[in-house]
Amino acid sequence: MQQREEHKVIKTDLLIIGAGGSGLRAAVEAIKTGINVTIVSKSLLGKAHTVMAEGGIAASLGDVDPDDNWKVHFKDTMVEGVYLSDWRLVEKLTKEAPDRVYELEKMGALFDRTPEKKIMQRAFGAHTYRRLCHVGDKTGLELLRTLEDKILHSKNVTVMDEIFVTKLVKRDNKVIGAIALDMKSGDFIAINSKATIIAGGGCGRIYEVTSNSWESTGDGIALAFDAGAEMMDMEMMQFHPTGMVWPQGVRGLLVTEGVRGEGGLLYNSKGERFMLNYSPTKKELDARDVVARSIYKEIQEGRGTEHGGVYLDISYKGKDFIMKKLPGMYMQFKEFAGIDITKEKMEVAPTTHYYMGGIKVDSDTNSTNIEGLFAVGEAASGVHGANRLGGNSLADLLVFGKYVGESASVYVKQAKEENISEEVIVNEKERIKNFLNKEGINPYSLTEKLRKSMSENVGIAREESGLKKTLSVIEEIKKEYGKIGVDGSLKYNPGLLQCLELYNMFTVSELLVKGAILRKESRGAHFRTDFPKKDKNLLKNIVFKKNGEKLESYTFSPPEMPPHLKEILPEEKYD
Amino acid sequence: MIKEINLSVYRFDPENEKEGHFQDFAVPVQEGMVVLDAIHYIENNLDPSLAVRWNCKAARCGSCSAEINGVPKLMCKTRIDSLGEKINVSPMKAFPVVKDLVTDVSRNWEIARRIPEFTPKPRLKEPWSIAELDVTRSQEFRNCIECFLCQDVCHVIREHDKNYIGPRFMVKAASLDMHPLDGINRSKFLHEEGGAGYCNITKCCQSVCPEHIAITDNAIIPEKENIVDSYYDPLTMLIKKLRGKNEK
Repeated sequence: MQQREEHKVIKTDLLIIGAGGSGLRAAVEAIKTGINVTIVSKSLLGKAHTVMAEGGIAASLGDVDPDDNWKVHFKDTMVEGVYLSDWRLVEKLTKEAPDRVYELEKMGALFDRTPEKKIMQRAFGAHTYRRLCHVGDKTGLELLRTLEDKILHSKNVTVMDEIFVTKLVKRDNKVIGAIALDMKSGDFIAINSKATIIAGGGCGRIYEVTSNSWESTGDGIALAFDAGAEMMDMEMMQFHPTGMVWPQGVRGLLVTEGVRGEGGLLYNSKGERFMLNYSPTKKELDARDVVARSIYKEIQEGRGTEHGGVYLDISYKGKDFIMKKLPGMYMQFKEFAGIDITKEKMEVAPTTHYYMGGIKVDSDTNSTNIEGLFAVGEAASGVHGANRLGGNSLADLLVFGKYVGESASVYVKQAKEENISEEVIVNEKERIKNFLNKEGINPYSLTEKLRKSMSENVGIAREESGLKKTLSVIEEIKKEYGKIGVDGSLKYNPGLLQCLELYNMFTVSELLVKGAILRKESRGAHFRTDFPKKDKNLLKNIVFKKNGEKLESYTFSPPEMPPHLKEILPEEKYD
Repeated sequence: MIKEINLSVYRFDPENEKEGHFQDFAVPVQEGMVVLDAIHYIENNLDPSLAVRWNCKAARCGSCSAEINGVPKLMCKTRIDSLGEKINVSPMKAFPVVKDLVTDVSRNWEIARRIPEFTPKPRLKEPWSIAELDVTRSQEFRNCIECFLCQDVCHVIREHDKNYIGPRFMVKAASLDMHPLDGINRSKFLHEEGGAGYCNITKCCQSVCPEHIAITDNAIIPEKENIVDSYYDPLTMLIKKLRGKNEK
């Protein structure tokens, strides 16, 4: 197979890696300052995982429940994040989410309405009030399409899609750009940028059963880690209580919390509404970690359904209601499973959903510890602590997308232009081309080995020996990684992509497992069967960082909370 | 029920080959399996270099558009058991092939850029007041996942004039025109630049839409009526001038 040897060179003020909600929102802000922005995306524009967000955007507009305000939202987020969130970020999130929603409306998003012609807000797990601004069960699609439209009609911004970034390039401990592979042509691109924002999303695909789309392989997180950025809360992976369980091909596919928000009830195979036992007050609408663990327990103890789930029932609400509020769910079950949810119960089980951990960012600027490098959205950490509330991820990407767009632009204006050296480009090209070896080990089988072990030992329930077992599996995979390879060329070669993604997947997995071993307690989504209780001494964030080839870790705590926030937040209780 | 099916998949790399060909793969079938599962089986076990575009595998992102036994469909929601013994998968015909099943759909972004963007009416009182009844119409069009199957099946785009923006973008224009607080009229664009007149309402687009959007009935026909009103009906033109866009 012939390979073309040339590469393209691009110069840009700001490089944004990722074209999901956080990346596009950052771009919208950055171009206002007059700088030149380049967005690169692994997927086609408009296909990012954000389109899968269903339930809504959490913002205390008080349009449905007038008593709601940012303070209640702040309290809900901190309490359900089990006090691990950085209060500085949560204060911003909850104070500014309403303005970001109105702003999105002005860009053209069309939300469902109340009878008083205001924005409709729905109930969601562990939100005190009805708070989620939504568009049926397709809120993420509307959000992404609105931002996409804004970008397409803006000057000074280029979107390059189906581009896979293989390396961040540094000089004097500063990120000066990236090297990427254009999947459509097989050409390499050197991107010289004054600032770089990682907006590459999460890593749900390191598990076998996930609601995450193809993209979520932790690419942005691994790129930043290799560039020396600090990682925080890596043990914190959210398992959504309700994913589809059947057919096999859609196992893990999300069943929106909106179903429970709109009145959906959970039953075990004996017909018992088991959430009444686990959570007598909040019931089906308790926080995700609580509901997911309850379902897990029901299934473990033999009260699961035929396909290994529990039942979720919304049929009693009637067809008209379901078709208006949950049209996507209706279609999803009808077309994939042949089930009519207006008449029958759904079968659901927990599914890997959202990564609370990720790149550690400065609470004012979303910058990382590496100069020129910023992070936002699911790739970043600190907002959601040990458990994310539904609707807070879309709020997160709008609020902090704006922040990071602003702060990166400010940085750009005083930054110097640099050029990636020819030598770095040549070496990187060689590294990637080495995977084109048809005698190599199949990257898919190694990936499956990783995902299987992560699901077995690092899922909802964890304990020391299992975690260590997975760590040794990861060590084996790292050893074999040098021998993998695929047939074909650099151009649109999914096997080659799998080789590159596998590295990102095991890099993030390793940190996740190591964080889970260090956190010898149970807090939020992180549940240790050998340490089932919360430990007051562990109310701090675990941080990892690469120092040369060595891995360093330390613990971090945000500064003490100021009085105006302390008075909102009840003191944390320990047994 | 382990049985095998034969999947005939289109292979083509325009840089190295003059024309494409079909390659047969034997794939074991599982209950509930969709075409994309079969393609993944091939990628994971038989040929990792088979190019295919996919993302969510949940019919929410619109990436895995292809022609299955000649019919434009999403691979992720086409059940194998709905297809019979012989299955043929080829890329969308209305777009140039990048490689195998992947096509270059970038023309769509060029069209999207040309459509006048959402422009709110001036001096609206904040926060905006909108009735639920008024959002329903536009929301139908906002279900579009941009799979471009409608663009693929459109015979105007396939066989005739590339000046027609196509069903996807008639839907886009309609979603903006029918936003209750949008303050501009896109008739002039659709008529003079968008080539809306080329569409002769064969409803092919509507029949392939995986989101079941009534593309022709609810978007194209009303937009065409809008054009007729704007260009050819003097009385409506006068009333519109006097009363403003949303009271017609």
